[in-house]
Amino acid sequence: MLAAFPFLLRAQTDCLSCHADKTMQDASGHNVGVDSDKFHSSIHGVLSCTDCHTTIKEYPHPEQPAAVKCVTCHAEQASAIGNSIHAKASAHPCISCHGDAHSIFPKDNPKSAVYPLNIPKTCGTCHANESLAKKYGLQNVYATYMDSIHGYAVSKEGLLVAANCMSCHGSHNILSHKDEKSTTARVNVPATCGSCHGGVKEQYLAGIHGKALAEGNGKVPVCTDCHTAHAILQPTDSTFRMQSTPICGSCHKDQLATYRDTFHSQLGLLGGYVETARCWDCHGAHGVLPASDPASPVNKANLIKTCGKCHKDANASFVQYQPHANPHNWKLNPALYYVRTFMNLLLWCTLSFFTLHTVLWFIRAKREQAAEEKHD
Amino acid sequence: MTDEIGTVTPEPAASTSTSHEKFYVRFTLAQRYLHAALFSSFLGLAATGLPLRFSDNWCARKFASAVGGFGAILFFHKCCAIVLTLAFLYHLKDIATRVLVNKEKGLLWGPNSMVANWKDVQDLVNHLRWFVGLGPKPKFDRFAYWEKFDYWAVFWGMIVIGFSGYAMWFAPFFARFLPGWALNAVLVVHGEEALLAILFIFSIHFVNTHLRPGSFPMDMVIFTGKETEEEFQKKRELEYERLVAEGKLESRAGDKPVYWWVNFAKVIGFTAIVIGLVLLVLTLIGYFGTA
Repeated sequence: MLAAFPFLLRAQTDCLSCHADKTMQDASGHNVGVDSDKFHSSIHGVLSCTDCHTTIKEYPHPEQPAAVKCVTCHAEQASAIGNSIHAKASAHPCISCHGDAHSIFPKDNPKSAVYPLNIPKTCGTCHANESLAKKYGLQNVYATYMDSIHGYAVSKEGLLVAANCMSCHGSHNILSHKDEKSTTARVNVPATCGSCHGGVKEQYLAGIHGKALAEGNGKVPVCTDCHTAHAILQPTDSTFRMQSTPICGSCHKDQLATYRDTFHSQLGLLGGYVETARCWDCHGAHGVLPASDPASPVNKANLIKTCGKCHKDANASFVQYQPHANPHNWKLNPALYYVRTFMNLLLWCTLSFFTLHTVLWFIRAKREQAAEEKHD
Repeated sequence: MTDEIGTVTPEPAASTSTSHEKFYVRFTLAQRYLHAALFSSFLGLAATGLPLRFSDNWCARKFASAVGGFGAILFFHKCCAIVLTLAFLYHLKDIATRVLVNKEKGLLWGPNSMVANWKDVQDLVNHLRWFVGLGPKPKFDRFAYWEKFDYWAVFWGMIVIGFSGYAMWFAPFFARFLPGWALNAVLVVHGEEALLAILFIFSIHFVNTHLRPGSFPMDMVIFTGKETEEEFQKKRELEYERLVAEGKLESRAGDKPVYWWVNFAKVIGFTAIVIGLVLLVLTLIGYFGTA
């Protein structure tokens, strides 16, 4: 009966008199029902339906009203998304993260899809999807993150301050890590991690790597090179201790090669005994300083203390031990060079002589044996 | 060193034996136990030391993780080292007693001594000449030159490897009187000397003593302590002739080794040889492989 008399729609009640039916569908089968209670408690609950559905002025309204434009109010966010890596995403740029437009809550409300504790699940809707990750050439990092100390803090402890996806990647303005404006670009990683780990950031920036990074050397290690971005292994974890030395060695090749020749490395490589000294046990981890710096743990003045962390009775003579000695270099390590040369000479002379001796003897003895058997 | 014939405790004879073969004693029971302690601890040291020396080798890592990582390897290595050290100290005590207390003649010089003499040099030269058909086969006395070399190689090796090993084990203590670079050197010395020992024992000693024609597949005398008259006469002609001339041959006579002991020794001995040969192959892979 109402339909016979067109009238202006003024309040939610007018629309909800039809759309409050949650099972209501339009001609093409889309759900057009609205949960009025939820909508009223949502952040948009104070708005009139026509504030967003602007093309609908009166009843009856067209079967296919124009799509809602969030940008009308949220221009800043829309422009950020337009410049972000999600600009070309086929999914709706707003509701794919914030959820149904009629039940959007502020981000500090636990019901919100972008509440800190809900973010991993929200991003995971797409990013935990194996085929989607494959399609865009992304690593499927959702599970890795969830098993990390950050993921654990979020999912198990409900720590609001723990890093969720957004803490590092941002929200509307997410950029590829290849873009140098991205919060996850190599040059920006220390600042990004440092937004929580401020103390470590200070140490890092004061160290030789941090200074080089500030000077524009992009090759120096940043947080994620050692700690990884999503898995964030515990530095005390044996996997971390086993895999970290080659990371330093990827630049410090000579130092890795000489370290490999020493007892520390030989022990350390065999696993199950991860306590042996790795690079950062002696050189420090975040604020690595040159050995000439008096604050460096490998400065001569600090060696007894540094070695003493493991070797309780370390003394002045003990710390003359060279953890990077090179027995092949007679200029750097003459004594060691001659010791090695002598031992090698002894080994090869002894073995060569006796191998020849034994082989000749064996052949002669075999012949003699054969001759004796013939004689018998 | 020489044995003390009077102290031999022969194995009970297999009285049922119908053989008329005569047996003569070469090694005392204590010497045989010493050899057993030596080779079992040496095998243990080699098996646990090699993964360290070639720690970047795939086999080494697999072995290490299979036995519980380096913690377990180091523990076993040190246990074997203590056994070998005790065996070495026992031997030193034995020599000291025999020289200083028993005033045993012939221990430091002469045909029964392990000390090298001019005849050993001549034997080496003549033996080499015989290998290539330039002269007759030399006759050997109680200890041939290669046996003396084996003995002194092990003697020197135990001092060198032992000292460098203990210097690493108790590095801060040794650093009190060793210069800093020595702490670097001990690892090189330990590794290289051990490599020499492993390669020498598992190839040269195995072939010279056990695998060569005449002894193949294993010279049982180090396990039973006795050898047949034929073997004695053939291998140590001079000693045999000397004993006959002095009329002392019968003082060396021993009983035929009992059956079960021979079999038991064969099992132990072959196990040792097989382990040694496997380790030899792995050592060569580790040394020449680019793992």
